[in-house]
Amino acid sequence: MLKVIAGGYVEPGSTQVTKTGAWRTFVPVVDQKRCSKCSLCEIYCPEGCIRMVEGLFIPDLDYCKGCSICAHECPRKAITMVLEEK
Amino acid sequence: MRKVVEGSYAIAQAVKCCDPDIISAYPITPQTHIVENLSQMVADGELKAEFITVDSEFSALSALVGSSAMGARSYSSTTSQGLALMYEVLYNVSGLRMPIVMTVANRAMGAPLNIWNDQQDSIGARDCGWIQLYAENVQEAMDLTPQAYKLAEDPDILTPVMVCMDGFILTHVYEPVEFLDHDKVKQFLPPFKPKITLDPAHPVTIGAFADPSTFTEYRYLQQDAQNKALGKIDTIAKEFKETFGRYYGGLIDTYRMEGADAAIVTLGSVIGTIKDALDEMWAEGKKVGLVKVRSYRPFPVKALRDSLKDVSSIAVIEKDVSIGNEAGLTTDLKAAFYNTGMKTPIIGFTAGLGGRDITLKDIKKAGDKALAAAKGPEAEFEFLTLRKEIL
Amino acid sequence: MIQEQSLFAPGHRACAGCSMPTVVRLVLDATGPNVIVVSPTGCLEVTSTPFPESAWKVPWLHSLFENAAAVASGVETILKRQCKDTKVLVIGGDGSTFDIGMGSNSGMFERGHDIMYVCYDNEAYMNTGVQRSGSTPFCVHTTTTPSGEQSLGNPKPKKDMPAIAIAHHVPYVATASVAFPVDLRRKVKRAAELRGTSYLQINAPCITGWTFETGSTIEISRLAVETGLYPLFEFVNGKLADVKKIRPRPVTDYLKAQGRYRHLFKAPGGKEAIAAIQAIADENIANYGLAQE
Repeated sequence: MLKVIAGGYVEPGSTQVTKTGAWRTFVPVVDQKRCSKCSLCEIYCPEGCIRMVEGLFIPDLDYCKGCSICAHECPRKAITMVLEEK
Repeated sequence: MRKVVEGSYAIAQAVKCCDPDIISAYPITPQTHIVENLSQMVADGELKAEFITVDSEFSALSALVGSSAMGARSYSSTTSQGLALMYEVLYNVSGLRMPIVMTVANRAMGAPLNIWNDQQDSIGARDCGWIQLYAENVQEAMDLTPQAYKLAEDPDILTPVMVCMDGFILTHVYEPVEFLDHDKVKQFLPPFKPKITLDPAHPVTIGAFADPSTFTEYRYLQQDAQNKALGKIDTIAKEFKETFGRYYGGLIDTYRMEGADAAIVTLGSVIGTIKDALDEMWAEGKKVGLVKVRSYRPFPVKALRDSLKDVSSIAVIEKDVSIGNEAGLTTDLKAAFYNTGMKTPIIGFTAGLGGRDITLKDIKKAGDKALAAAKGPEAEFEFLTLRKEIL
Repeated sequence: MIQEQSLFAPGHRACAGCSMPTVVRLVLDATGPNVIVVSPTGCLEVTSTPFPESAWKVPWLHSLFENAAAVASGVETILKRQCKDTKVLVIGGDGSTFDIGMGSNSGMFERGHDIMYVCYDNEAYMNTGVQRSGSTPFCVHTTTTPSGEQSLGNPKPKKDMPAIAIAHHVPYVATASVAFPVDLRRKVKRAAELRGTSYLQINAPCITGWTFETGSTIEISRLAVETGLYPLFEFVNGKLADVKKIRPRPVTDYLKAQGRYRHLFKAPGGKEAIAAIQAIADENIANYGLAQE
């Protein structure tokens, strides 16, 4: 429960409770066959939400704001931004 | 050990006994001798503290935000324009609940530039969330220093404290003072051990921003701590007495209030002169007493009501003016009475601005006006020592 | 897995496509967890620490807009007193670095604290709505230097903050770009290993203030470097030690991609202004020896 204490301090990494994926209009779709595992999408992602899962780079849609930097920077054009149906 | 020393040296000795980890200060008259003495103590290895020479008063107090967040006992001293330059940091320190202690060598605020004493600087900072204690003499300013740390660092309080002493009048006077015993201060003031500090092993965030859903509660907690301090100030003063044998009253002190018809209320070093003036007045059959305000924030409403309930009229003498209204203590005192049904006339005097002397004659004039005010005040607020001939 | 490893958590409120969180993650990747970060007021502070949340997984302190360097000085002084080898970082924007915090920055530089000062440079006051700062380049449209009938935007070139740091004998001064992460991390590591003050200024495009095509954040920063408008260099003990070589591209490639320069392609005098901007780039290329042989 929310508690205000003297001076206030906040626990580390606690923004993770906020799922910024709700901001998204376009969603990145990765063509894993084209992916060369260069990891540029992971490096440049402002949310830090593209991560390697079992050898594949997968965006964490809980946090992805749909900025499309990953699609823009992918040297193999393996990521496309698709209008998300909600 | 009793010695005749300059007031600033006495303060430096008191600060040394509190074992600060860090001193951060910027030079400004009349505070300079305090920090020069502390620098020398550090240079001589007498005081094992860090001393940061900074680029401004603003940075002086800001550096202590960092050190305090690291759990370090932190000290600064300033005055006047320097205190004004710190204004933004003052709120920050109190809002972050950092128990920093700062000696304010009270001085006038320019323009016109004036380096001499009045209390416009700290009274002007009364709403910043700091506890403000006012000393009557060098010994009291000295003794307030460890008391201030004990109060500030109390887990129920965690609020910064200004120890206010009149610039030049107290900082530059040579007086015999009883030095604090370092070992006794150690007993009186346990080491500062905050619960939360900046530490990579427990990487908390300090200073997150609060939106309208929580900001009020932060403010309320500060107000609550100041209210708790009302009790602690007296408890700590009594504990100090047990260890050191000296006591100056808790939130307030009184002089010749027994049987007084009127009272003068004031703060700071002018009290010595007022006591002399009152002795003369009583000899003349004029029964005027004195209430000394030691704690201006938190404002001791109850203690003031109790001590002033039997007089027929009250005069406040203070070294500040709220330009466009009256002055801080006058207004606060009136406000303290409003809901009590007490209709005692209260008149206010500003005096001693920019270092002008407040003489026995001036005080007796205020005392006479206070007695006369029982029949209704002639003027609500006056400049007590105005030189009308040069206007 | 990056989400678990990163010292800057997702869920922060930076705009979609903002470069600043990437800068912060790259910096913290290079330093590791044994750091204490002080941030001044700004985009980073408000987007990363909305009470009761924080994106930071390292100890972090905010005090005010103009005092981060002084606050960090206090932190570092106590760390030294406690004989701890934790590195102190300031991470702040250009408004606090170039303008309002200059006094406390100067004090920190001159005293030589063991502090790494990182400025994410988005070239205006973005948090308050894109007003001009001392870092805003020549002819940029901001909300306080708007283009108009009588104006081509910001009338003055960008303040040379690295030179100011160097003038304080700061032993390590470098510029970097979010578009060159390997270079950026190397510079952060170098600054972290150094005992003493370091100043890193990192080009960090702002999608809201610079107005460019969605997704091109990194590309814009790359162009800033490749045109010579944002030279990447390292000064060690006051001497130019290294530069990032470029095959210079015309500044128009960079300018035309951003709304903040759009007026230059329409207004009278715009052509001359673009030529003046090209001259700034050419001067950088010559001064720092940026052109690849």
